[in-house]
Amino acid sequence: METIDLQTQGLRALNSTLQNTAEVSTQEYTIVNPQGSHAIAVGLNSPIQVTVEGSTGYYCAGMNQKASIHVNGSVGPGVAENMMSGEVVINGDASQYAGATGHGGLLNIKGNASSRCGISMKGIDIVVHGNIGHMSAFMAQTGNLVVLGDAGDALGDSLYEAQLFVRGTVKSLGTDCIEKEIRNEHLQTLAKLLARAGADAKPEEFKRYGSARQLYNFNIDNASSY
Amino acid sequence: MCGIVGLFLKDKALEPELGRLLTEMLITMTDRGPDSAGIAIYGSEKQGTAKLTVQSAEPMADFSALESDLQENLGASVSVSTKHTHAVITVNENQLDTVKTILSEIRPNVRVMSTGEIIEIYKEVGLPKDVVNMFDVSTMKGKHGIGHTRMATESAVTTMGAHPFSTGLDQCLVHNGSLSNHNSLRRKLIKDGLQFETMNDSEVAAAYVTNKMNQGQNLGEALEAGLEDLDGFFTFVVGTKDGFGVVRDPIACKPAVMAETDQYVAFGSEYRALVNLPNIENARVWEPEPATVYFWEHS
Repeated sequence: METIDLQTQGLRALNSTLQNTAEVSTQEYTIVNPQGSHAIAVGLNSPIQVTVEGSTGYYCAGMNQKASIHVNGSVGPGVAENMMSGEVVINGDASQYAGATGHGGLLNIKGNASSRCGISMKGIDIVVHGNIGHMSAFMAQTGNLVVLGDAGDALGDSLYEAQLFVRGTVKSLGTDCIEKEIRNEHLQTLAKLLARAGADAKPEEFKRYGSARQLYNFNIDNASSY
Repeated sequence: MCGIVGLFLKDKALEPELGRLLTEMLITMTDRGPDSAGIAIYGSEKQGTAKLTVQSAEPMADFSALESDLQENLGASVSVSTKHTHAVITVNENQLDTVKTILSEIRPNVRVMSTGEIIEIYKEVGLPKDVVNMFDVSTMKGKHGIGHTRMATESAVTTMGAHPFSTGLDQCLVHNGSLSNHNSLRRKLIKDGLQFETMNDSEVAAAYVTNKMNQGQNLGEALEAGLEDLDGFFTFVVGTKDGFGVVRDPIACKPAVMAETDQYVAFGSEYRALVNLPNIENARVWEPEPATVYFWEHS
């Protein structure tokens, strides 16, 4: 295991080290003294294990491919933005637009996520053990958003085909987002995700929300909804 | 983009450290706002006195004989303490308005940054580290304080366009965001008797809060009303003699992080502004909710 002190080594050197590991490396790295810095561990592309000891600023773990990144603290806006694969675990809270536009992998937030969690997600799986803020899963296309706590206003506004599962209350649903029947296949998906995220919850406790598919194509009768 | 920091002390033992802690916090926020910076410090009360913090582009010419000139015109004693381009004038609280009038006559180019029993505001164009060094902010003591680093979007980069804005006694406001209905609101507030120094949107928000409080609302009620009447993006931190308040617009895209311990309540646009505060690793850290008013007062 290699320990990197961000305050002495600097951000560019840190990211350069992490990005230039061998394609198959499973090396372990620990980053100390993050002190809320931005863009920590971004653009990683090998199955390395990175642990950040402390809280980070904007865009931590962005564009991740294959790497497993654990943050023992809270993260600022845009964590795991556009993640392709791998796993990002936050042992704290996440700020705005966590997992935005993510294509794959698992974002596992042990605390709360604030507004716009999973905005425009495109295949990523996001599990939030606490609550999520308003406008979450806005224009979300594919993937699963699982929330053990409550969801804020306008959940799933202008939703495409992402699946949203919420155990607690939903303050309000966004345009074209509706509650849907939870079938066996959804329970199986949920069971797998909850197990992977180490979440203490049963699939039967959740409600499923999805797209009513009324906004996909322009329809003059829907003009007031646009 | 702008940076905001704020610190409200619960533990009196930290009061001598207020300026030093705010200085570190403010400098960390330089890349959110490198064009100007400002700070409002709420120090200790001195019975029966009030303060004006004033600024001049030519401090040598304006401030060197200010004390004696004011005393001569007023017929009473005042004290003037100069800090670079700013000066703090301490007067008998009953003579505050008279001193303001005399000042505008004998020093027409001097601008008033703040008035009140305890507030002092220092702000200038320049990098935050240069601005705080200019005024020796790190040696200042106080009960609470608010700082701002500005990246201008709505109006000119000038001293008067820097934050905090003070539009009422012991009141100040800093803003990260942009308002879209500030011109119409400014016209209404002018009709209500408020005065403006700039075309800045944030000054309108400050005056809006002052106007509501002049009408008898408390800070919490004024900020609640602002959620209805102010259109645009905002994270505001507002200071009064007794404490500070925080409010974000319902969209809440302008960042805000708060931390609370037994010793203090702190505000930062980003967590990294808070990392050097005492015992931060054990603080309760959270994001203020959208469209929710928070307020702390000294007991």
